[in-house]
Amino acid sequence: MTARPARLAASLAWLLAVGALAGCTNFFEIAIETPIRPKLDITPFQRVLVAGFVGGGSDDVDANMETVRVLRSQLRSNSGMRVIEADVLPLAEIVARQLKQGAPDDPPNDVAPQEGQLPERIRDEKDLDAYDQVFANVAYWKQLGEEFQNPLIVTGTVLFVPHSRSGFVQREEEVYDAFGRRAVRPVRTYRERKGFILRPKFIFIDGRTGTQVYSETFREEILYDAQQNTPALSSYFELMDRVVPGFLGALASQKIRGSRILLK
Amino acid sequence: MRVTLACLALLLLAAPPAVAGSRPQAKAQVEFGIAVAQRGLWREAIFRWEKAVELDPTYAAAYNNLAIGYEHEGLFDKAREAYEKALELEPKNTFIKQNFELFKEINDRATRPPGR
Repeated sequence: MTARPARLAASLAWLLAVGALAGCTNFFEIAIETPIRPKLDITPFQRVLVAGFVGGGSDDVDANMETVRVLRSQLRSNSGMRVIEADVLPLAEIVARQLKQGAPDDPPNDVAPQEGQLPERIRDEKDLDAYDQVFANVAYWKQLGEEFQNPLIVTGTVLFVPHSRSGFVQREEEVYDAFGRRAVRPVRTYRERKGFILRPKFIFIDGRTGTQVYSETFREEILYDAQQNTPALSSYFELMDRVVPGFLGALASQKIRGSRILLK
Repeated sequence: MRVTLACLALLLLAAPPAVAGSRPQAKAQVEFGIAVAQRGLWREAIFRWEKAVELDPTYAAAYNNLAIGYEHEGLFDKAREAYEKALELEPKNTFIKQNFELFKEINDRATRPPGR
């Protein structure tokens, strides 16, 4: 739940409390489940191929491999589509190879990078831009689609980078007065924190035509105290947990739980 | 509880033909709708609240409840229309305003354009 709905829900609870105190019985709180339709019409597809991603950032996590693994597992349990188990595509290598060979079917593209213009290592978002052309290569994705009998193809880019931030943060501190009474007061302290940013871009491609049908970009970050030693892989999974509902929202219908007030 | 509901339903069926602007009859429909919605029978509740607004088109609470029912069924356009009507009738009603705000949050999420 984002901050805004949380605030709204809190004020709704406050209104209910005030109404109850006033002895008013003309309203009833009721739980509702609002269905959200998937953003993508997946009716033409019975199968889905999570092909692979151009991954970069931290050396401690293979963003391509891990993302494919997480998404396949989530799709298996949360969508009605059959998940194709295939080797994970090393997309970054494929782009480099395509540039070397100069794919003849590709439309002329002035902004596409030439061989040697690809970054040696993918460290930030700019480095990923150089790989964008592979997602527009209709012939490549159509061929892949034919190979797997025209599934919905999921691909994209995943950047998982270390991140640090320092500055003043507000925290609450317990204090006791001379009579032993407890109080909480806000204290501003300087803290150095480090963590990770996960920025996946999911691209959905129609395996029958090779064209992009939908894409969505997410950005999540997590920060810990600088002294805390959290493994990169566990941070990756924590961040992916936040992203996955949004990803599934593109493919499967979801229900959002909430409450409303019925009136007499 | 089922017996109570059945009696209430019989009372509603036995009631004289609806007349526009009939608040007591509309209120009976609204109350029955609330009772069935609380038991998860949302379609029946919507049917009752639709009847209530037919009977009394100035009944803001009935429009509010109808909007919630539509929201629960995923009928977002109809829900928005009903919330707007409820607020038009009672613009200062805080409950309706809150319900509408929560609805808009979800509706925005559901209708966000692709390719963000």
